[in-house]
Amino acid sequence: MEPINHIQSTAVPLPMEEIDTDQIIPARFLKATTREGFGDNLFRDWRFNSDQTLKKDFVLNNPTYTGSILVAGSNFGCGSSREHAAWALYDYGFRAVVSSFFADIFKGNALNNGLLPIQVTPEVLFQCFEAIEKNPKVTFQIDLENQTFNRTDAGISVSFEIDAYKKECLLNGYDDIDYLLSQHDEIKAFEQQAIRF
Amino acid sequence: MGKTLFDKIWDAHVVKNLGGSTQILYIDRHLIHEVTSPQAFAGLEKRGISVFRPQKTIATADHNVPTLNQHLPIKEELSRFQVDKLIENCQKFGIELYGLGHPNQGIVHVIGPELGITQPGLTMVCGDSHTSTHGAFGCVAFGIGTSQVEQVFASQSLMQTKPKKMLIKVEGQVGKGVLAKDIILYIISKLSASGGTGYFVEYAGSAIRELSMEGRMTVCNMSIEMGARGGMIAPDQTTYDYIKGRPFAPEESAFEKAVAYWETLKSDPDAQYDKVYEFDAADITPMITYGTNPGMGMKITDHIPTAQEGSGSTTYQKSLAYMGLAEGDELIGHPIQHVFIGSCTNSRIEDLRLVAEFVKGKQKAPNVQVMIVPGSKHVEKQAKEEGLDVIFKEAGFELREPGCSACLGMNEDKIPAGEYCISTSNRNFEGRQGPGARTLLASPLMAAASAIEGKIVDVRAYLN
Ligand code: SF4
Repeated sequence: MEPINHIQSTAVPLPMEEIDTDQIIPARFLKATTREGFGDNLFRDWRFNSDQTLKKDFVLNNPTYTGSILVAGSNFGCGSSREHAAWALYDYGFRAVVSSFFADIFKGNALNNGLLPIQVTPEVLFQCFEAIEKNPKVTFQIDLENQTFNRTDAGISVSFEIDAYKKECLLNGYDDIDYLLSQHDEIKAFEQQAIRF
Repeated sequence: MGKTLFDKIWDAHVVKNLGGSTQILYIDRHLIHEVTSPQAFAGLEKRGISVFRPQKTIATADHNVPTLNQHLPIKEELSRFQVDKLIENCQKFGIELYGLGHPNQGIVHVIGPELGITQPGLTMVCGDSHTSTHGAFGCVAFGIGTSQVEQVFASQSLMQTKPKKMLIKVEGQVGKGVLAKDIILYIISKLSASGGTGYFVEYAGSAIRELSMEGRMTVCNMSIEMGARGGMIAPDQTTYDYIKGRPFAPEESAFEKAVAYWETLKSDPDAQYDKVYEFDAADITPMITYGTNPGMGMKITDHIPTAQEGSGSTTYQKSLAYMGLAEGDELIGHPIQHVFIGSCTNSRIEDLRLVAEFVKGKQKAPNVQVMIVPGSKHVEKQAKEEGLDVIFKEAGFELREPGCSACLGMNEDKIPAGEYCISTSNRNFEGRQGPGARTLLASPLMAAASAIEGKIVDVRAYLN
């Protein structure tokens, strides 16, 4: 995993709620056996018509909106546990998703793949949408080390929560497996003492 | 302070606390399938490591497989490649595989319980969100992502933060025609598609106790549809009777010992929950969804609610537009073109029996196509032994071979754009059953009755 700390970018607004992982990456595109290439099918059915032409009115097809931050409505990533959703967002170029609420499994998957889920209040989320609508070129700053999400000229400056262990992993580009492999002796000892029946 | 059932099992599996909220949690059973495992196996290869406890993982092929002619090679190239990859990986890493052609093959959440792999007190995971199904047996079971599948391969453990605890009690007796599916659709409609996020749910109360194991699985299965990590029900005699004699169940004296331990798996009377809901079973009726998330459900006799003013109303309108429905619409009498009876929510033998009993001697409406996809080879076999296949055939219902099928439309079983499907599955997301498909979630009885009439009906009108 690539280490991640500062992100400074414009943002893509997607003010829909309950965006489920079937929208982020439809099931029929889960047939690959590698982690790469899912970005092409990110939001497939919202991006493309059935004849494969682009849907003009979808935000990702609108050149006005670009950037590595996705700002989306509440309960982002609900539904299936498919990690492909996080891979697709990352592969497309997103490095952070800002929302007022994330589904649990998605959040875990994002953190395991260097994609930052940043939870803000519904008010801040609304301000973000407003700011982008007024000026699509507005930039946001994310500072993982200090856990802040800023857009100073608009007065948006908030801190966000992240598990201390996960933060360490993201800053250093470590993953859980490296750590768990170092714990084999303790796991074996646990297996010995675990009382079942 | 007393402990909840969830605390008891979770805490007994913590290998180590890492400070902060992260813990290493030991996993007793790991189920895998072809779609969410290949990248995890590739990860192991890249690191040059093996599976730490291969005998604790069991594999099956379900998501991608065709439901016709399973004895022939899979036609669709990418699906075939993924299924072949699973075979290759299982061989390489020493994992037991119940693949196509194996008598134990089926949907991962149907075969676990059916084979007795799922037992009270265990921790179980699978790279699939409906792993919550197994919680019906009083175990801690939840879905994980592929990186976590790799964690379990590498260490039989997971890095976890302990979720909060929710208790949902359903007291009293449900009315006629009301199934476990209606209970859970009702709960989700009350709590919304995100109401359970951050929680692990325990279901209790007399209406839950009364359910068969199949019914309990249906309830726990859909816990994820309100955002919960998992759902569980304390084990009791119903649970023990179900497990006894199954291939992976403890035998004879070991079974007695196991039951003695399982008996301790109950929440203490003074246990604390972070949230408690109580519902009256008598208020539950047959349910149906009208929107594009499982929280958008209502009683079959209700009218589609009006959007509440606020930030969510555009999403709501978009959802109804996708469904081709409008605020205030009634669903009874609405035409349908498809009925899908299957998925890990409702594809067990009890579901098929109920459907068969209802449709015996009746005929499906000519405008509807009906697909019944059993949850496993064992379910399929049992259905045939009991002659259910004949009843289905006479009714014009097509009994297929086991798999996830039109639950997620990864294989050929898709609902065409714009058409309506009453489905016994668990998700009505846009495009879930195929691009543009319009899914209405309901119970197997509601699905069967609607198939006969060719339109949405209230099944209670057909029951004595
Ligand atoms: S039947 Fe549907 S919900 Fe169940 S495991 Fe298969 S795809 Fe997932």
